[in-house]
Amino acid sequence: MQVQTMAAEKLSQAAPPADAAIAIDDVTLRFVTPDGHMMTAIRDFTMTVARGEFACVVGPTGCGKSTTLNLVTGLLRPTTGHVRVMGKPVTDISRDIGFVFQADALFPWRSVIDNVAAGPLYRGIPKAQAYDRARDWIARVGLGRFEKHYPHQLSGGMRKRVALAQTFINQPKILLMDEPFSALDMQTRTAMQDELLGLWSEQKSSVVFVTHDLEEAVALADKVYVLTAGPGTVKSVYRIDLPRPRVMADIRYDPKFVEIAKVIWNDLREEVQLGQSRTLQSGH
Amino acid sequence: MTAISPTASHAAVRDASIAVAEARARARLRRRHALVIGLRLAILVAFLGLWELGADYNIIDPFFFASPSGIWEQIWSWITEGTSQGPLWLQIYVTLEETFLGFAIGALGGIAAGIILGRNRLLADVFSIYIKIANSVPRVVLGSVFIIALGLGMASKVALAVVMVFFVVFANAFQGVREADRAMIANAQILGASPFQITRTVIIPSAMSWILASLHVSFGFALVGAVVGEFLGAKQGMGLLISTAQGAFNANGVFAAMIILAVMALVVEFIITRFENYVVKWRPAPFNEQGT
Repeated sequence: MQVQTMAAEKLSQAAPPADAAIAIDDVTLRFVTPDGHMMTAIRDFTMTVARGEFACVVGPTGCGKSTTLNLVTGLLRPTTGHVRVMGKPVTDISRDIGFVFQADALFPWRSVIDNVAAGPLYRGIPKAQAYDRARDWIARVGLGRFEKHYPHQLSGGMRKRVALAQTFINQPKILLMDEPFSALDMQTRTAMQDELLGLWSEQKSSVVFVTHDLEEAVALADKVYVLTAGPGTVKSVYRIDLPRPRVMADIRYDPKFVEIAKVIWNDLREEVQLGQSRTLQSGH
Repeated sequence: MTAISPTASHAAVRDASIAVAEARARARLRRRHALVIGLRLAILVAFLGLWELGADYNIIDPFFFASPSGIWEQIWSWITEGTSQGPLWLQIYVTLEETFLGFAIGALGGIAAGIILGRNRLLADVFSIYIKIANSVPRVVLGSVFIIALGLGMASKVALAVVMVFFVVFANAFQGVREADRAMIANAQILGASPFQITRTVIIPSAMSWILASLHVSFGFALVGAVVGEFLGAKQGMGLLISTAQGAFNANGVFAAMIILAVMALVVEFIITRFENYVVKWRPAPFNEQGT
C-alpha cells in the first residue's frame, strides 16, 4: 500500500469482506458480439462498497463503467468471478436496488406523481398508500407544485429530481447511478449533487456513482475507483477524507480538494489518452 | 472587479410599448388566419366554377367527367328519392358497418400480433418470413377468394377489410414495441415491474404513438376493402352503388358516391384524431400549422 497524501489515500485491493453491501470479486465479463466475436468488457475486476459508503467510479469512455453497475443489478452475469449484494449472490434484480439512469428514463405518458408512484405500485403496495408516499417524496425534492405535470413540461433538472424521487421512494439499500447528472448544466448539476448528498445521508444507502467527471467523483465520494482503458479493470482506489457534510458550490475551491483531484487526475490521464487514441484508431 | 448592473429604466413606458407590440402581433396572426381560410375557399370556388363552366361549354364532356351541378343533383335525388337499391342511408350504413367491423378486428389482431412478436425474439425470427410473404400478396385479389368462400353477404367484405388493415397495424405495432426505450424498460424492471407489468405499462404506451399513426392510414384501407368487396359482388352498399352507376355510364353517380365516401372517411378521421389527442395527451403539443 502506498499512501499518497493525507486526504487521498491510495488503497490496496483485497478480497471483499463477507458483510459488504456490494462485493464484486475478481469478475471478468465477456460477451459474444452479434457478428460472433468475443468481447471482453471488464477483466479481473474487484470492488467493495461498505454499508452506507459512497463510491465513485471514474475512467475513460468505453472502459466498462456502466457494466459494473449492470453486474450489481443482475442484468448482466459475470463470465468468471462472483458478485454479492448484501452478502447474497446476485441471482435476480434485487428489491434493495435503486438505479438512476444517465438518459431520461421517466415514463413520458405518466404525470410526475404517477412516475414517482410507479415503484410502490409495481411492488404491489395499495394505491392510496403508494400515492401518499409519492406525494411525500415529490415534496421532498421540491416539486410539490408539479405533481400533475408531464415530464416534457419540466426542465432537465426537474426531471432529474423526479428520477431521484422515483428511485428513493423504494428506499433502496443500494443506489446505483450511471452518470446521472452529465446532461445538466453546471448550476443545476451542483444543486442536484447537494440534493443527492442530502438524501443519501438521510437514507444511509450504499452508493456506486459512475461518472466521467473526476471533480464530481472527488466532491461526492468516500472512495474513488479509477479504471483502466477498456477492457476495464481497477487501476487504483483512493479514499477521500474530505469532511462531511460537503457543500458542492464551495468544495471545488477547497485547497485539499484541488490537491486530491490533481493526484487522481495524474493517475487517470494516461488511461484517458490511451482510451482516446484507441477510439480514434478503431473509428468508433 | 466591479459588478456592472443596468441603470433603472422607465418601467411603465416599457410595459406600455410591450402591450402595443403584443396587440399588433395578435392582429397580424388573426389577419393571416383569415387570409388562409379565404384562399382555401377561393380555390374551392374557382375549381368547381371552372369545372361547371367547362361542362356547360362542353370543353369537359359531362357525360364522361360529370359536372358539379349534376353530381349535386344525383346526391340530392339519392337523399330524397333513394337509390335503385334502397335508401341512401342504408347503403352508407352497410358500408360503414363492414368497414368498422373489419377495422376493429384487423386493428386489434394487428396490435396483439405486433406486441406478441415484438416481445418474443424467437417468434419474431420464425414468423418474419411468412409475414413478409403474406404482406407481398396483393390483398385486393383476396376479395375474389372471400366472395367465393363467404358469399355475397357482409362476411366477405369484413374479411377483405381485415386483411387490408391487419398488416399495416401489425407492422407499426411491432416496430413500436421494438423501439421502446431500453433505459425505460430497465428502469421499470429495477423499480420492480414483472414482465407483464412492463408490457402493460411501458411497452404498450410507448408503442401507442406508432399504433395510432397506423390507425389513421388503415381506416382508409378498411374502407377500400369494404368498397372493393362490394364492387366484386354484393346486395347492398356504396361499392355496389358505384358499380351500378358505372354499368349505366352514370359518371355523376360514380362521383357522387365517391364524394359520400370521402365525407365518411373525413368524419372518421376527425374522430380518430380526437381519440388520439385524448390517448396521448402527455405528448408535447406539435408545432401546428395555422388554420387546420
